[in-house]
Amino acid sequence: MTLAFDLILCLMIIGTAASALLMRNALAAIVFFIVFGNLLGLAWLAMDAVNVAMAEIAIGAGVTGVLLILARQRLMALGDDLVCDEMPGWLRAGALVACAGFAALVGAAVLSVAPSDDLGGPIAALMPSLGIENPVTGVLLAFRAYDTLLETFVLLGALVAVWSLAPGTAWPHPPATLALTEREGHGVAAAFGRLLLPLALVMAAYLVWTGSDLPGGAFQAGTVLAGGLIIAVIGGAVLWPRGDNRLLRVALVLGPAVFLTIGLAGIALGRFLFYPPGFEKALIVAIEYSLALSIGVTLALQLAGPPVTPDHKG
Amino acid sequence: MSPLDLLVAAPLAFMIAALLSGPWGRWWLLAAIPVMAGLTVWLLLLPEGSGHVVGGWTLPLGVQLRADGVAQLMVAATAVCAAIVGLYALHEFAPGADRSETAHGFAFWPLFYLLWGGANAGFLTTDLFNLYIALEMVSLAAVAMAAMGSLRAALRYFVIALVGSLAYLLGVALLFSNYATVDLTLLAEMARPDLATKTALAVMTAGLLIKAAVFPLHGWLPPAHAAAPAPASALLSAIVVKVGFVILLRLWFEAFPAIIAPAGLELLGWLGALAVLYGSVQAIRQDTLKALVAYSTVAQIGYLLLAFPLVATAAGTGGAWAGMTIHATAHMLAKAAMFLAAGLMLKAVNGHHLKDLHGLARAMPLTVAAFGLAAVSLMGLPPSAGFLAKFLLLEAAVEQGAVFAAAVLLVGGLLAAVYLFKPLAWAFAGSDTPVVVAKAPLRTAAPLALALLAVSLGFAGQAMVDITAGSPWAGPPATEAEDVQ
Amino acid sequence: MAIVEHLYPLTGAVLVGLGLYGFLTLRHPLRQLLAVNVVGAGIFLILGGLGRGADSTDPFPQALVITGIVVAVALTAFGAALILRVAEDERAPDGTAADDTNGNHP
Repeated sequence: MTLAFDLILCLMIIGTAASALLMRNALAAIVFFIVFGNLLGLAWLAMDAVNVAMAEIAIGAGVTGVLLILARQRLMALGDDLVCDEMPGWLRAGALVACAGFAALVGAAVLSVAPSDDLGGPIAALMPSLGIENPVTGVLLAFRAYDTLLETFVLLGALVAVWSLAPGTAWPHPPATLALTEREGHGVAAAFGRLLLPLALVMAAYLVWTGSDLPGGAFQAGTVLAGGLIIAVIGGAVLWPRGDNRLLRVALVLGPAVFLTIGLAGIALGRFLFYPPGFEKALIVAIEYSLALSIGVTLALQLAGPPVTPDHKG
Repeated sequence: MSPLDLLVAAPLAFMIAALLSGPWGRWWLLAAIPVMAGLTVWLLLLPEGSGHVVGGWTLPLGVQLRADGVAQLMVAATAVCAAIVGLYALHEFAPGADRSETAHGFAFWPLFYLLWGGANAGFLTTDLFNLYIALEMVSLAAVAMAAMGSLRAALRYFVIALVGSLAYLLGVALLFSNYATVDLTLLAEMARPDLATKTALAVMTAGLLIKAAVFPLHGWLPPAHAAAPAPASALLSAIVVKVGFVILLRLWFEAFPAIIAPAGLELLGWLGALAVLYGSVQAIRQDTLKALVAYSTVAQIGYLLLAFPLVATAAGTGGAWAGMTIHATAHMLAKAAMFLAAGLMLKAVNGHHLKDLHGLARAMPLTVAAFGLAAVSLMGLPPSAGFLAKFLLLEAAVEQGAVFAAAVLLVGGLLAAVYLFKPLAWAFAGSDTPVVVAKAPLRTAAPLALALLAVSLGFAGQAMVDITAGSPWAGPPATEAEDVQ
Repeated sequence: MAIVEHLYPLTGAVLVGLGLYGFLTLRHPLRQLLAVNVVGAGIFLILGGLGRGADSTDPFPQALVITGIVVAVALTAFGAALILRVAEDERAPDGTAADDTNGNHP
């Protein structure tokens, strides 16, 4: 990539971020945030970090964007117009000076560090022993599998936390439906949803498989699956399940449980999260497939929000 | 095989089990308590400083876990608190009348194990990024539990905690870029006083001070802790704030003691002193019981920071070090006891205010006694663990000629006596309330057991001092974490 | 040239400042949630941008960033749900708001 490209991209990233923060209209702000996330994905691509680019576009821009749009729509329905109280000018000026100073400090600290890929070498040296070729997957599922294991429990815990917010009479009813306001839109979504869900499944399976050697992996695949589920729900092809649905609970814990079980089984061979030689790839792929399914269902239900009492109009 | 990872894996396994068991999820506690007790005893028996890298990888790539004195003491105190609070919560977080799930009765248990596992993960790891995830596990569970009492207070807590986490994460990013590692033990060997390191340390400290609710960043704590259901308040005040504190210890005394300016330590000491005074005065001004207990947490956290300059001056695992860590442990037990007792008392009188407690000492003597015993430890009266902690800190302050710190320690104790005497005075006032037989012996026993432990641990003072001294990094000579298979 | 090879991490530093300004000046929790996400994206850009080698980016910070992105979305989802429930509660028709904040907190 040329310097001019990098420079323009960075300016656009800063510009869209500023718009996302400064626009008075909340919807415009969220749209700018989504554009911002996609530009960031482009920046990650420019840095040859394809795995991160996929995660940023799918999760950082995609899921977070949909979350914010849904939240805004539901807040508007409650009569909250998302208008921020005007802060006194001097306070804003003070905040501006303080934040500019802070950014300058962080910038100076950044400039004092020379960019380098110090761990790239040691990781590349260890990759052949894993039998997979994508070093990012290697870090996520082997060298720092412990981090990733805990992270999957954060994701699961976040859904339980969302559910815990259910109003008194709502549990264990399903979350509010995601209805499109226009009729034609609904028809399109219905057809699209039936078509897209199987497609998303195939795509997710492919992303996990390719993730061992090429960019991809459980988190990106899970997001694709979540996207398919959301479209299917909007189109009415799938209904949100009740919170106490047995099958749902199994789907949610499958990934974390498989991960934890393989980790505990490692103890018999020496260490927690130890993969026996020769089985590394098989175990990593098994963890990733189950994780992708659980992440997909978890993300979709997080987007759906807390359960609502049945007479509630979503 | 090692208890270091099992102490994290086991609660997570119980989280899954609770999620799958529907209305019966709460009963997994009866399996979790013996398992966690066994693992904790195993941890305490490990030779000091033993550790390993998860999965058999090596540093700087892997995540290193280690059992030092702080971790041993904190994990053990967490296990005691979580087990007893859990038993108390069995009744409160139960299925509905027709054995169907309720949102809180169902969700509390997975969150409870997430919090337990996250706290253990935080105490046992030497990896700064792993600590970030542990911090988020604990914060997420804590905010969700706070939301079971007050949604508004929880939202405020959530937003503040999010900013604290990001400040911490920014520091981790700068440190990794600068040193190509996020492991504390490696950072300790490489630490340089350059701009990136100083900036990182400053933002991480600010983030952790927010998370530990240190004055003047404490604003979110009293509403959230006061409004949450009693078992949740107990977990929040006892365990959650300690996670941020332990990370602070690791940063200031293990990774970067060489580059910390004395002015920084002084600043933390001052913040601690102000927290003690402000929190105590606010506690005195409260007229609702749980708000009083919550402000007491703000004051008690102040002592932990007040000790920072004392510990640094003392160098090594001296009396100040032991005093600080024992104070954290004593506060865990005493505050958990106090919130549980407060929960029972307020439920019995169906009110929130101090004056509602009128004559309660006759009606529920055991619960009021538990509150009183917890108060003994918080005030720092002998023979409690709280006394031992404050005595060690006072001794260090006097030895170092830190007159101001010594004065704050003494005044803080007096102020604590004032605010804790208020609810007790109401409870002992009047004698016309009839004695009622405790209907829930388990829930009556829970705060009493915690309070008795807080008081009687003072007798095990030497054992605790010995455990806290088992922090190989805190005193010369520094030794590497050794691998035990 | 330092600026050229620091272009992305410096952009990250600017995003951290911008996001913080947004967080401090936007008084609506959902807008603050968006601002916090901008700060997070800035931190990730610093982490990844300073891991740039001659012709590749260090996979280690890449993995940390992916973990960070997933943790961020989990928290954002919970935050959005919490904001929504607070709004519902405040607009409860007959003051039957479930929010039983007891006591007076200054």
